[in-house]
Amino acid sequence: MIRLEDLSLSIGGWPVLDRVSLDLQPGITGLVGESGSGKSMTALAIMGLLPERTVTSGKVLLDGMDLLALPERAMRALRGKRIGMIFQEPMTALNPLMTIGDQVAEVLRIHEGLDRRAALARAREGLDRVGLPAPRFPLTLYPHELSGGQRQRVAIAMAIALRPDLLIADEPTTALDVTTQARILDLLRDLVRQDGMTLLLITHDLAVVAGMADRVAVMQAGRIVESGPTEAVFRSRSHPYTRQLFTASGHRPGRQPPPPAGPLLQVTGAVREYRAADGGLRALDGVGLTIGRGESVGLVGESGCGKSTLARAILGLDPLQAGQIRLEGQSIGPGHRMPRDLRARMQAVFQDPFGSFDPRWRVDRLLAEPFHLTGRPADWRDRIGAALAEVGLHPNNARKFIHEFSGGQRQRLAIARALIIRPSLIVLDEAVSALDVQVRAQVLDLLARLQADHGLAYLFISHDLSVVRGITDRILVMQAGRIVEEGPTDRIIDAPRHDHTQALVRAMPKIPADWS
Amino acid sequence: MRTGLILGALLAGLALAAAVLSAFWTPHDIARLAIAEKLLPPSPAHWFGTDHLGRDILSMAMRGAQTSMVVALVAVAIGMGLGVPLGLLAAAHRDRWPDDLVMRGNDLVFAFPSLVIAILITAVFGPSAVNAIIAIGIFNIPVFARVTRGAALPIWTLDYIRAAQVAGKGRALISLQHVLPNIASLLIVQATIQFSLGILAEAGLSYVGLGAQPPTPSWGRMLAEAQTMVTLTPHVAVIPGLCIVLTVLGLNLLGDGLRDALDPRLRVLR
Repeated sequence: MIRLEDLSLSIGGWPVLDRVSLDLQPGITGLVGESGSGKSMTALAIMGLLPERTVTSGKVLLDGMDLLALPERAMRALRGKRIGMIFQEPMTALNPLMTIGDQVAEVLRIHEGLDRRAALARAREGLDRVGLPAPRFPLTLYPHELSGGQRQRVAIAMAIALRPDLLIADEPTTALDVTTQARILDLLRDLVRQDGMTLLLITHDLAVVAGMADRVAVMQAGRIVESGPTEAVFRSRSHPYTRQLFTASGHRPGRQPPPPAGPLLQVTGAVREYRAADGGLRALDGVGLTIGRGESVGLVGESGCGKSTLARAILGLDPLQAGQIRLEGQSIGPGHRMPRDLRARMQAVFQDPFGSFDPRWRVDRLLAEPFHLTGRPADWRDRIGAALAEVGLHPNNARKFIHEFSGGQRQRLAIARALIIRPSLIVLDEAVSALDVQVRAQVLDLLARLQADHGLAYLFISHDLSVVRGITDRILVMQAGRIVEEGPTDRIIDAPRHDHTQALVRAMPKIPADWS
Repeated sequence: MRTGLILGALLAGLALAAAVLSAFWTPHDIARLAIAEKLLPPSPAHWFGTDHLGRDILSMAMRGAQTSMVVALVAVAIGMGLGVPLGLLAAAHRDRWPDDLVMRGNDLVFAFPSLVIAILITAVFGPSAVNAIIAIGIFNIPVFARVTRGAALPIWTLDYIRAAQVAGKGRALISLQHVLPNIASLLIVQATIQFSLGILAEAGLSYVGLGAQPPTPSWGRMLAEAQTMVTLTPHVAVIPGLCIVLTVLGLNLLGDGLRDALDPRLRVLR
């Protein structure tokens, strides 16, 4: 069907792909590798959407026709018709000013010259197929009226409207909750089976590939280092890089459960409501939790369950409307602001390694920002050097700007910033979700070591149980503003009791246990 | 395009240099009237000729550049000085009452046609350069407030703002330390645009006699005084006209060029 033959490409003199050969057959082919390995560039090369100043060699053959040699006009006729694509970010992949019906219909009107009425009728069928059935999801909805998973379904409907032979899905579920991810992956699998499509599934998640793909190709630094049937490749792991990926994705830092100690943070009966025209939303509905000194607690739930609202309240960014937060014995009632000395006991690490730092500040000033709470000590420069060393970075990085660091290094810097005023609790909001498996393993090790050294308590917030399982002692599962289940990490994952927890556990992508 | 940026910088730089130079030296004394030498065509003694009172047009145009630039610059300063803090305030309190107050106040000012109100102000308080500055400056405030708010809102959603909040910083300090530096390039571009609009507005007010008063030279009034003689001695009108056109063109090219030069970085920031 589609075959890449020795495809090499460089952008502005930088080599990106190096003699990539890949044979895509009907069914699902997984393409795995860390970020920057060239997975997305491979997809863009097939689509003919490469950036300017790209130099290519080799061939991209569609039924024997070399796509790289095709003029843009001919390529445009193929895009959508023979090759469809869906992207990672469902929030930006749709035009916010067009109804979902018109967006799907547009594809049909351009390529098949249908009039609006006929195109809309076909769009209706398409949306039905991707699980957005007629009465609940009329064609006149706008993207902002849909959730992330529903938008991704619209994007899929657009991509498959013309029944393309090849569908490229570039990290299609990375921005979604695990439960939503499971449903979207099911949908893709069904569509491929029904249409006899070829799906190129690009992901950094080995477990997703293990559950989905018939064949897999492992990519490292612009080269395909290993490829073959998924089970064979994942069982044998003959290439060292594949082995590294596996080790990293199953990595659990070695850590001792902390000795039982008194409670550090207690939240009782927390309520937070948002008023809105349609009655409002109770984001926190009587939440209670306790975190002991030196304890590591996971808070897991789907997006919109209230976990970020809870984190904001704990960090003192939003006052509660009812309930109490008690930190080291001092308590803050509803409507009260958190005093500075109390706030200095807590710090936070956020999800986005790229948005977490002011791009115009240097590292030393960035890391020193929490001193605003405590006053800047005379030896602050030494403290910053020590904090950098502690997270495994050389102290001479202090005068650099943030764009000089990789995603993993930035997350280390975020941890250094959180440590600088020696808090007792660090709230980690999806702090490792955006990282590659290998980098994630290193950051988890770092967190485990820092916890042992400083007796830190962690509140680890995530939508994904598999992310928190290696680093937490206890897990709280949250749904619709309430904590529905709570227990030791292993018990929650191995024997979940509440329906919602069971759904979360089921949705975790897994590599079959007998493959290792 | 780089060429636009360079050409714009050259033209604007030339006008600025003339304005600065005229504060210390002009080829001829502009206060000296010499009716005998009136309306001379360009010559080695008077490069751009003389006007109906025998004054050297080159010297007048240089001083006129000074008038225009001072008026436009102070008007931009008024607009930025009040508009940027208001915009930062509005963005920091998104959808709460300070935001509503600032933005509805903005709408109110925007609802009036600016030049007509400027004419009204100078007509009521008497024509002078200072009143022209105030009139133009007032209409710069909502422009800067709106641009600042629009640019600041996406910054407020970023995690480094969250980190600053966790470090106990308040809205004002965050606006000053994190938001303002990250939208500065946008404000610089807007300032060049408002600067060129200010020069046009000053020329317009002077043309109808509501700007700088005689004997202070101004491009707009030079045009107005020359218009009866435009068929007889076109250069007397053409020179100030060209001054206005080239300066405004230069500033617009500079603004566009700066926007292009700064844009890639803005995209990275997002």
